[in-house]
Amino acid sequence: MKDENRSAPRTTPIQSATFSQSINAEIRRAAATGIYDIRGGGAKRKVPHFDDLLFLGASISRYPLEGYREKCDTSVTLGTRYAKNPIQLDIPITIAGMSFGALSGPAKEALGRGATLAGTSTTTGDGGMTPEERGHSNKLVYQYLPSRYGMNPDDLRKADAIEVVVGQGAKPGGGGMLLGQKISDRVAEMRNLPKGIDQRSACRHPDWTGPDDLEIKILELREITGWKVPIYIKVGGARPYFDTTLAVKAGADVVVLDGMQGGTAATQDVFIEHVGQPILACIREAVRALQDLGMHREVQLIVSGGVRTGADVAKCVALGADAVAIGTAALIALGDNDPKWEDEYQKLGTTAGAYDDWHEGKDPAGITTQDPDLMARFDPVEGGRRLNNYLKVMTLEAQTIARACGKSHLHNLEPEDLCALTMEAAAMARIPLAGTDWYPGKNGSF
Amino acid sequence: MQTFDLAADGLRTLNATLHAQAEATNQTVWEVINPKGSHAIAVGLDAPIEVNVKGSTGYYCAGMNKQATVHVHGSAGPGVAENMMSGTVIIEGDASQYAGATGHGGTLVIKGNASSRCGISMKGIDIIVHGNVGHMSAFMAQSGNLVVCGDAGDALGDSIYEARLFVRGSVKSLGADCIEKEMRPEHIAILTDLLERGGCDAKPEEFKRYGSARELYNFKPDNAY
Repeated sequence: MKDENRSAPRTTPIQSATFSQSINAEIRRAAATGIYDIRGGGAKRKVPHFDDLLFLGASISRYPLEGYREKCDTSVTLGTRYAKNPIQLDIPITIAGMSFGALSGPAKEALGRGATLAGTSTTTGDGGMTPEERGHSNKLVYQYLPSRYGMNPDDLRKADAIEVVVGQGAKPGGGGMLLGQKISDRVAEMRNLPKGIDQRSACRHPDWTGPDDLEIKILELREITGWKVPIYIKVGGARPYFDTTLAVKAGADVVVLDGMQGGTAATQDVFIEHVGQPILACIREAVRALQDLGMHREVQLIVSGGVRTGADVAKCVALGADAVAIGTAALIALGDNDPKWEDEYQKLGTTAGAYDDWHEGKDPAGITTQDPDLMARFDPVEGGRRLNNYLKVMTLEAQTIARACGKSHLHNLEPEDLCALTMEAAAMARIPLAGTDWYPGKNGSF
Repeated sequence: MQTFDLAADGLRTLNATLHAQAEATNQTVWEVINPKGSHAIAVGLDAPIEVNVKGSTGYYCAGMNKQATVHVHGSAGPGVAENMMSGTVIIEGDASQYAGATGHGGTLVIKGNASSRCGISMKGIDIIVHGNVGHMSAFMAQSGNLVVCGDAGDALGDSIYEARLFVRGSVKSLGADCIEKEMRPEHIAILTDLLERGGCDAKPEEFKRYGSARELYNFKPDNAY
C-alpha cells in the first residue's frame, strides 16, 4: 500500500442499528449457552407511555381548585356489581399480585404493611396466601391462578376479593417457572412439590377453557364464598376490547388489565419484549368495551404495567380507569435495585437499576430471594414505611393534578383534560395531539 | 334425613344451608332432588355430612370439598371435586373433563368412565376410576394416586411430578417424562387400600404402575419442545 493511501481520510466506524452491541452480545450469549434468556421485570424497550400525555390544566374555561386546601377525594369502591362486601379503598393505587416464592416472606409482609398504612389493598400471587401476608394486610386480594399452588378454600374464604388470573402483561399466553434455587422447604410445602426442582406454573387453568366455562367457574367461587367478596378477572394487554367484554360477560365485578411493561418474576426475555401491548394502547379499548356494555364504572377497571408516579395514576384515571396497580414500582420503593448495593450488583454482572435476574434468588436487597442471609437484610417494618410514603406521594401528586384541572375527585378527571405529545400516543390513547383537536382515527380519519 | 328440592329452592339456598352445618350438626344426611344438571352443587362444604344428589350434576359438583361425603347418583359434569381437600366424592355414573383437578386430598370414586384430563394437576387426592380415563389424564400431576381399572387414553401423566398412576388395562400412550415403574410390595399395599376404598373388584397384581422419570425436574434446553 502506498503511503498516500494510508493517510487518506477514512470513514468513522459505524455500529449497526440493526445489529447493535446489545443484540450482538445476545447472539454471542445464545451461541455460547444454547438457551434463551430468562429474566424478571417487564418490557425494557421504549414504548409509547404515559410520559407522552400531558394535562392541560385549568384556564378561563376551566376553574381550578385551591391546591392545598380544597378537597380532592381519592377513594374508590371496587366490586359494586355483585359482591355483598365491595372493597373500599382510600386511594386508587393497589399493590399487584406477586408470589410468595418469587418474593421473600418479609417482602410480602412489607407490601401488606405499606398497603394497609396507605388504606389500600395488596394481592397474593402464585404459591398461595401466607399468614404473615394475611395478618399484615387489611385488604387482601387472593389470586386464583392456573397452577393452583397453595390454593385452598380456607384461604379463599379469608380473602377480601378473588382475582381470577387469566394472563399478565409481561407474558399474555404464557405460564411461569420458579427455578429450583428458590424452592425452600416452605415454598415446596405450600406448592406440594419436592424441594429444589423447577416449578412450572401452567399457562391455562386446569378446569375451564373459555368464557362460558369461566362464567360457571365464577359461579362456583361465588357460591363457595357466599357472594360476599368481589371477583376480579385479570388479563394481559392482548385484546383489551374483547377480553374486557368477555370478562364482563363471565360475571366479573372488576377487570384488571396489565400492559406489557408489567413485571414478572421470571419469563423469557423474548416473551417479555415481543408479546402484548403497551398499557397506553389498552386502556381506552377496555373503557370502550365497558361503555358499549353500559358497564363503565359499574364494573371497575384496574390498570397496571409501568405506573410509576402520581401523574401516571391521574392519566390512567383520566383515560377511564377506576384504579391502578403497581408491582415493580412497589419493589423499588421497598429497596429493589437500590444503588447502595452497587458493589454486589457488579459481582452479579449487572448494575443497580438493571438487575433483573430475580429468578436466581441472589437479590442483594433481600426481596426477590428465599436465601435466609439475604432475606435478613430486609426489614419488613421499614419496607412497609417506605411503601406507604411512596403511595402517599403518588396520591398527593395525583391530587395536585386533579385540582389543577378543577376536579374534586380523581375520578372526575377525563380524556378532555389531556393532550398527546406524539402521534403514536394520540392514536393509542385517542387523545388529541397537542395544539390540535385531532388524533389519528378520529371520526374514522387517518 | 333432610331433603332439599333444588328445582324449588335454588342453588344459593342449598349451598348456604349446607355451609351452615357445623362440625357437630345432627343433620348429617342430606338428599338433593331435582339437580337437573345444575352447576356448583354442594361446593365448598366443610362439615362431616353426607349429601346424596339424586340425579346428574353440571360443572364443579363438590368443588373444594372438605370433610363431607358427596354421593352423586348419576353422572357428573366437568370439574367434579375440583381442588378437593378432604372427604369423599362418589359418582355412580360417568364423570366429564377435569375430574378431581388440582385436588389436595380426599377420595374421588368414579364408578363409570372419566373423560379427558382426569386428575389434572392433582396435589394429593386419591382418584379411583372403575372404567376408563380420557386423554391427558394426570397432566402435571404433583402427588396423590390415580387408579384406573380400565384403559387410559393418550398422553397419560404428561409432565408428571410425584403422583402415582395405577392402570389395569391398556395405556394408549404415555406423556412426556411418564414411564412405567416397578410395582414393589409397598405399591401393592397402597393399591390394595385404594381398591378397597373405591369398592373395586380388581386385584392389585393386575395393574401396572406409572410415574415420573424426573427428567423434566430441572429446566434445560432439550426439554423445551
